[in-house]
Amino acid sequence: MQYEAGNYDVIVIGAGHAGSEAGLAAARVGAKTLMITINLDMVAFMPCNPSVGGPAKGIVVREIDALGGEMGKNIDKTHIQMRMLNTGKGPAVRALRAQADKTLYQQEMKNTIENEPNLTLIQGMVERLIIEDDVCKGVITQTGAVYHAKTVVITTGTFLRGEIILGELKYSSGPNNQQPSIRLSEHLEEIGFDLVRFKTGTPPRINSHSIDYSKTEIQPGDDVPRAFSYETTKFITDQLPCWLTYTNEGTHQIIDENLHRSPMYSGMIKGTGPRYCPSIEDKVVRFNDKPRHQIFLEPEGRNTQEVYVQGLSTSLPEDVQRRLLASIPGLEKAELMRAGYAIEYDAIVPTQLWPTLETKKVKNLYTAGQINGTSGYEEAAGQGLMAGINAGLKALEKEELILSRSDAYIGVLIDDLVTKGTSEPYRLLTSRAEYRLLLRHDNADLRLTEIGHAIGMIKEDRYQRFLLKKAAVEEEKERLQTLFIKPTQQVQQVIVEHGGSELKDGIRAADLLKRPEMSYEQIQQLAPSEILLDTEVKEQVEIQIKYEGYIEKSLQQVDRLKKMENKKIPENIDYDAISGLATEARHKLKQVHPLSVAQASRISGVNPADVSILLVYLEQGKIARIPQN
Amino acid sequence: MEFDTITAISTPMGEGAIAIVRLSGDEAFAIADRIYKGPQGKRLIDATSHTIHYGHLVQPKTEDIVEEVMISVMRGPKTFTREDVVEINCHGGIVSVNRVLQLVLSQGARLAEPGEFTKRAFLNGRIDLSQAEAVMDLIRAKTDKAMNVALGQMEGRLSQLIRKLRQEILETLAQVEVNIDYPEYDDVEEMTHRMFLEKASLVKVELEKLLRTSQQGKILRDGLSTVIIGRPNVGKSSLLNSLVQENKAIVTDIPGTTRDVIEEYVNVRGVPLRLLDTAGIRETEDIVERIGVERSRAVLKEADLILLVLNYADNLTIEDEKLFEAVSGMDVIVIVNKTDLPKKINLNRVKELTGEHRLVTTSLLEDQGVDELEEAIASLFFAGTLETGDLTYVSNSRHIALLGQALKSVEDAVWAIESGTPVDLVQIDFTKAWELLGEIIGDSVHEGLINQLFSQFCLGK
Repeated sequence: MQYEAGNYDVIVIGAGHAGSEAGLAAARVGAKTLMITINLDMVAFMPCNPSVGGPAKGIVVREIDALGGEMGKNIDKTHIQMRMLNTGKGPAVRALRAQADKTLYQQEMKNTIENEPNLTLIQGMVERLIIEDDVCKGVITQTGAVYHAKTVVITTGTFLRGEIILGELKYSSGPNNQQPSIRLSEHLEEIGFDLVRFKTGTPPRINSHSIDYSKTEIQPGDDVPRAFSYETTKFITDQLPCWLTYTNEGTHQIIDENLHRSPMYSGMIKGTGPRYCPSIEDKVVRFNDKPRHQIFLEPEGRNTQEVYVQGLSTSLPEDVQRRLLASIPGLEKAELMRAGYAIEYDAIVPTQLWPTLETKKVKNLYTAGQINGTSGYEEAAGQGLMAGINAGLKALEKEELILSRSDAYIGVLIDDLVTKGTSEPYRLLTSRAEYRLLLRHDNADLRLTEIGHAIGMIKEDRYQRFLLKKAAVEEEKERLQTLFIKPTQQVQQVIVEHGGSELKDGIRAADLLKRPEMSYEQIQQLAPSEILLDTEVKEQVEIQIKYEGYIEKSLQQVDRLKKMENKKIPENIDYDAISGLATEARHKLKQVHPLSVAQASRISGVNPADVSILLVYLEQGKIARIPQN
Repeated sequence: MEFDTITAISTPMGEGAIAIVRLSGDEAFAIADRIYKGPQGKRLIDATSHTIHYGHLVQPKTEDIVEEVMISVMRGPKTFTREDVVEINCHGGIVSVNRVLQLVLSQGARLAEPGEFTKRAFLNGRIDLSQAEAVMDLIRAKTDKAMNVALGQMEGRLSQLIRKLRQEILETLAQVEVNIDYPEYDDVEEMTHRMFLEKASLVKVELEKLLRTSQQGKILRDGLSTVIIGRPNVGKSSLLNSLVQENKAIVTDIPGTTRDVIEEYVNVRGVPLRLLDTAGIRETEDIVERIGVERSRAVLKEADLILLVLNYADNLTIEDEKLFEAVSGMDVIVIVNKTDLPKKINLNRVKELTGEHRLVTTSLLEDQGVDELEEAIASLFFAGTLETGDLTYVSNSRHIALLGQALKSVEDAVWAIESGTPVDLVQIDFTKAWELLGEIIGDSVHEGLINQLFSQFCLGK
C-alpha cells in the first residue's frame, strides 16, 4: 500500500558523510529538506578508519567549513587527538588530521541534524525514484511512503548491492553488517545508469587491554591546540595517543601460505580496489622485498576499548587474521573483536554527472559520495555539500554553484570525477591539484567564505569577522611593503643571528621577509606593528609575502584557465556536425558533454588540435547566430 | 595552452633583406621589453600603439647586443590577432632571424603552431565565417603533418633520451609527493634539499648536453660560419675560389642590410660552411686593411671556424702574429700557402704559433693540399661525440625551444633549492620541466605521476 507522506523541496537519501552534509546544506540555503536513512543509529557512521583529515583531505574539511558545512565543526568537538602534518614542508601541503571518537562523532552530527531548522530526519529504505519525463519528482520507500520533492540527492555509500567478503564467506550486506540496498541499485540500472563494481576493505579491531603497548612506539597529538573550523573557539586538550608497530617476515609468511584462501586471489572478489588503500595481502604480494609494513593502532573512542589496526586491511579468513595479529610485536595476545572484511558495491560511472553533480539522464536528481566512485569520508562530505547546495538552490530556482579547479580541492575532486571518470575508488591526493599552492589549508576561508556567504551558508556575524581578518591581512601586507628597514646594528645583528648575510643597504620589510632565513616574527621584532595582530593574520601575511613569486606564477596560470573556462559550450552542441574532430575525441566529447572548453581540454583522448577545432567551431556558431544585414 | 604569448618568424626563410619575428599575446610587450634596448632607455610598453621604434636586441643578462632592429608595436584589439602584437624587423638571413627567435623564446614566448596566428585572429572575432572551415582544415592538416614530422624525428635515440630523463624527473617527483601525501610513510628517505639538488643538477647537465647537440644540429642546418683571414696577397681569394669551385655552392649571395657581408655556402665533405665576409675578400683582397682590426674582430667573434692564411714565400710579420693573437681560443686551421714559390717563412715559428691547431700547407695555384685542407675541416667538425654515423641531434626549432624552457625550469628549481625554498615548491618548477619534456614526445598526462607513486612505493595505511 502506497500513501502520500509529504512534500519537500529536497530529499536526501542516506545520512552518511555525504548525506549529512547534503541535508544540512540544502536546509541552510533555505530549502525544506528531508533526509531518509536505512538506520537512524548510523548517521555519520565511520565504518573504516577513525580519522578525519590528512594531506589534501584535511584541506577539503577546511573548505567545507568555509562554505558553511559541518564536518570541521563536528570533528573539532569530538576528536581524541589532532596533528598538523607536513609542518617541515611548504605552506601549500600542510594539513590537519584528527583521530575521531567514532561514537561521539555520530551522536554530535545526528544532534546537529535534528536541531537544524528546515530539516527532517527519518528512518526508511528508499526503493524507487518517482521519475516523470526524465525529471525526478520524489521517492517511494519500502513501506510504501511516497515523498514528493523538487530535487533528490542520492548518497547511498557502499550500500548499493553491498556484499561483504570475509575469507570463504560472502554475504549480502551494507557496511558493518547493515541492511544493503538492492532494489534501488536495480532501479538505477532500469533507468539506464551505467554502474561499476568497486571494492574496498577494512582491517580487524582488537581490544586495547590485550595489547602490549611497551613493544610499540607512541604517536601523540600536537601540544598546540588545533581546529578545523574557523568558528571553533573551544579546544580539546585532553588527547589520546596512537601507537606504531610493524609486521615482520613471520607475518608475511602466514600471508603467503594462505594466499589461496584469500578472496582477492581466489577470484571471489571482482570489484576494483583502490591502489592507495591496499590490503595487507596486496602489499605483501606486490612489494615482497619489503621486510616490514607499518601498523598503526588507533583507539576508536574514549568510551570503548576497540582499537583499529590501521595497515592491516584484509579479507583473509578470520582464523588467518588471528594468526596474523599474533605474529606482530605487541599484538601477540591481541583479542580480535571484529574481523576485517572486504566489501563490494555498485557505483555509478561519474561521467554521467554534470559538474553540479546533477545526473545528465534524469533532471533534478543528484548523486554524491561513494556512489560516485570515491572513497574517504572527506571526499564524500565535500561532494555531499556541493550536491546539497545545488539541489537546494535548484529547488529554490536559484543559480547553481560550480567550484573551479583553482577555487578548491572540492573543485578538483568533482571535475576529475565528471570529466575523467575513475577506474578505481577515487581518493584526493595533493598531486591531483595543479594549483595546490593556491589551494592551501591556511587560506580556505579567504578562497571560499564569500561564496558561502553569497548562497546563504555563512551567517552574517561570521562573515563580518571574516571581512575584518581579510582587511587586517591587506593592511599589514601594505605596511610591510612600504616600510623601509635601515641597516642599523640591531637589524644586522638579528639577521646574522638567524644565519643571513648582512644588509648592504636599506631594504623594504617585505623584501627582507622574503629571505629564506627570515620569518614574520623577526620582522615584527625589527619593525613592530602598532596593532596587535591575530596569529592567523600573521601567518597569512608571512605566507603571502614569502611565497609571492610562486603564488604569482600560479595566478598567471589560473588566468589562462579562466579564459578557457569562459568559453562555454552550449548543452545542445552537435559534435557530429564538427568535421575536423578526431573520432576518439568526438566520442569522448559526446560522452562527457563538457560545459566549457577548459573542461573539454582535460578529457583524455581530446588532444590540443581537437580543442582548437572546437574553439573555432564555437566561434563560428557565434557568428552564425548574428542575424545577417 | 591557449592564450599564452606566441611567436614565429613571419617572413619566408632565407629570402629578402629584412625578416620579421612576430609576437602575439598578453606578454608580447613585456617579453619584447626584456630584450629591447632603445635610445634613452625607451620602453616599448610606454610607446604609442601602431608606431615603429629603432633600437637593439640584447641578451638580458649580459646586455650583449644581438641585433639592430626596428620594432613595431600594436596594441589589441586593433591588430591582426586582436591581441597585443609586437613585430621585430631584423636582418634577413637564416642566422640572424633564428637568433632573434631563440632570444624571444628564451624569454617565455611559445613557438606558434602552424596557422596559430590565423586561428587566434579567428577566435578573437577577426575573420569572417567563410574562412572558418579553411582555418579548421588548416589546423587539422598542419597538426597531422607536424605530428608526423615530430614522430619521425622522435624515433630512436633522442626520444629514448628524453624518456629516460622524464623518468628520472618523475621518480624524484614521486619521492617528494610520497612524503607529502603519506607523511608517516617510513620507507622512503625524506627528500632533502641536498638529494633534490643532486637530481636536479643531473637533469640540468643532461639537458645542457642535449641543447649542445641542438647547436650542432643548427650548424648542420645553418652552416658553420667560417672566416678566411690573412694579410694581403697571401691567397685568400684563391682559397675562397678553390673551396667554391671544388664544392658546389648551395646558397649564394644573401646580402645583409647594413653590413657589407656577403655569405656563400659550400659543402665540404658533408660539413656546410657559411663563408663570411667574402665580399671583402673579393673586392680588396684585404679584410684587415679595409675594415680595420676592430671590425675584423667583430667578424671573427661570429665565426665557428677560422681559416688563417700565411704566405710561404714571405717572412712572418707583426700583422701575422697579431692575427694569431686575435684568434686565440677559437677553432682555427692555419694554411701556409704558395709552396710553389721559394720558402721564406720560418716554419718552426709558425708551428709554435699554431700550437694545437691544424696546420696545412698548400699551393692553391697548383691545386696542392686542398684535399688535406678539406680533410682537416671535416675531421674538426666530426670530432668527438659526432664521430659515429648515427647523428642524433635536436634540430626542430620547437624542440629546441621546449628543451630551452625545460632547462630554464630546472635552473629555477636549482636556484630555489639553493635559496632554501621548501621542496614542495621546488617541485613546481621540476614538474614544469617534466611537462615541457613531455610536450616534445607528445605525452603530458598528469596521471603519470600518480601511477608512479603507487608503483614505486607500497602505500596505504
